[in-house]
Amino acid sequence: MQSFDYIAPKNVDEVVSLLASQNGNARVLSGGTDLIVQLREGRRTAGFVVDVKNITDLKQIINDENGLRIGAAVSCHAICADPIVQTRYPGLVDGIHLIGGVQIQSRASVGGNLCNASPAADSIPALIVHNAICHITGQGGERTLPVEEFCIAPGKNALQAGELLKFISVPAPQKNFGASYLRFIPRNEMDIAVVGAGSSVILDDDKKHFVSARIALGAVAPTPLLASDAGAFLSGKAITLANIKEAARMAQAIAKPITDLRGTAEHRKHLVAVLVERTLVKAIERAGGKYAE
Amino acid sequence: MPNKVHISATINGEETEFLCEPRQSLLEVLRETLGLMGAKEGCNNGNCGACNVILDGVLVNSCLVLGVEIQGKSVTTIEGIASPHGLHALQQKFIEHAALQCGFCTPGFIVASKALLDNNPDPSEQEVRTWLAGNLCRCTGYDRIVKAVLDAADS
Repeated sequence: MQSFDYIAPKNVDEVVSLLASQNGNARVLSGGTDLIVQLREGRRTAGFVVDVKNITDLKQIINDENGLRIGAAVSCHAICADPIVQTRYPGLVDGIHLIGGVQIQSRASVGGNLCNASPAADSIPALIVHNAICHITGQGGERTLPVEEFCIAPGKNALQAGELLKFISVPAPQKNFGASYLRFIPRNEMDIAVVGAGSSVILDDDKKHFVSARIALGAVAPTPLLASDAGAFLSGKAITLANIKEAARMAQAIAKPITDLRGTAEHRKHLVAVLVERTLVKAIERAGGKYAE
Repeated sequence: MPNKVHISATINGEETEFLCEPRQSLLEVLRETLGLMGAKEGCNNGNCGACNVILDGVLVNSCLVLGVEIQGKSVTTIEGIASPHGLHALQQKFIEHAALQCGFCTPGFIVASKALLDNNPDPSEQEVRTWLAGNLCRCTGYDRIVKAVLDAADS
């Protein structure tokens, strides 16, 4: 592996000034399950590796009336094992618990899964349908960005040189909210999504109509996608199978998959409709509703 | 060339000090610096589990941990599983069930299974299979491994 220096700062300010002084030559290490492999294989370079795992702020999960706040270095296992997260955000757990096996879960962070910006990252569609926001800090100050705008190309995110993802916030679920994420892989565990899809819905009090919906797709474009039109279509519509299928068809229309070793473009297109339909049905069920035939 | 870093850690219960470069993985340190050859390098990218060790009670792939990250931490490798009095139940059951052929993946499977039983002493077959999804074996077809782990849990 290429040589680099290693430093494990104790606070965010130290990280920010280090990143600024290194002018793009430093890489942030959290779980290392992507970074260490990429450095070893020469897919990324680093003069400095900045380990952020010892920073208390970045390791915190905060649950309050405003919602959930996930520190950027919190491991997938820590989130999935949190009883409040399990109860209030099962749709997030759907995506996060699929990232690798036990060994990867205990090391990999959700912040890292996001920053790695893989088009097939399982956490990202789930975060998007939960309206999650990235909280970014740098020497220029703090800024926020919706998760759907954070990935800009395969392996490339919206962080500027010197910026650090501090935490991800997820708003508290509104009344009659439900969400779900599913992916297709040819085996049962430990694989990368051929297609991933997430859906969330808010239903009216009678559970007859959608108030709103969000649908997001993974592994069918250079970045995870928010299918805005498909989600907007459902607003105010009756909760029927026909409407669910129409939203799934609209989501399918924005998928621009490629053919690669994991699947053909045609297969991926087909899977988008199947997974969107299933995640919508699950999200409706979690919101306490049921679709009419 | 960055300087080597001095690290103190507990390896299989013993206070251990070593020097390592930041770029060296824990797996490299174990095998090349400390002479602990039990953890194996299979894929070197986190897919196969042959390098599994327990780091502060948590199962990890040692190829995905930097040696410098274990300062002050405790590591258990396959060499630390048996007691001076004999084999660990998992090791005994792997032998009884012939849960290995070439043996390359075996240290990783036994360390992973130890971490499972430490967390969940009475796992179901499905729990064993799911837990071991991050370990690859190209010889056995897994059945004998799963039976050995379930039998070790019972004993």
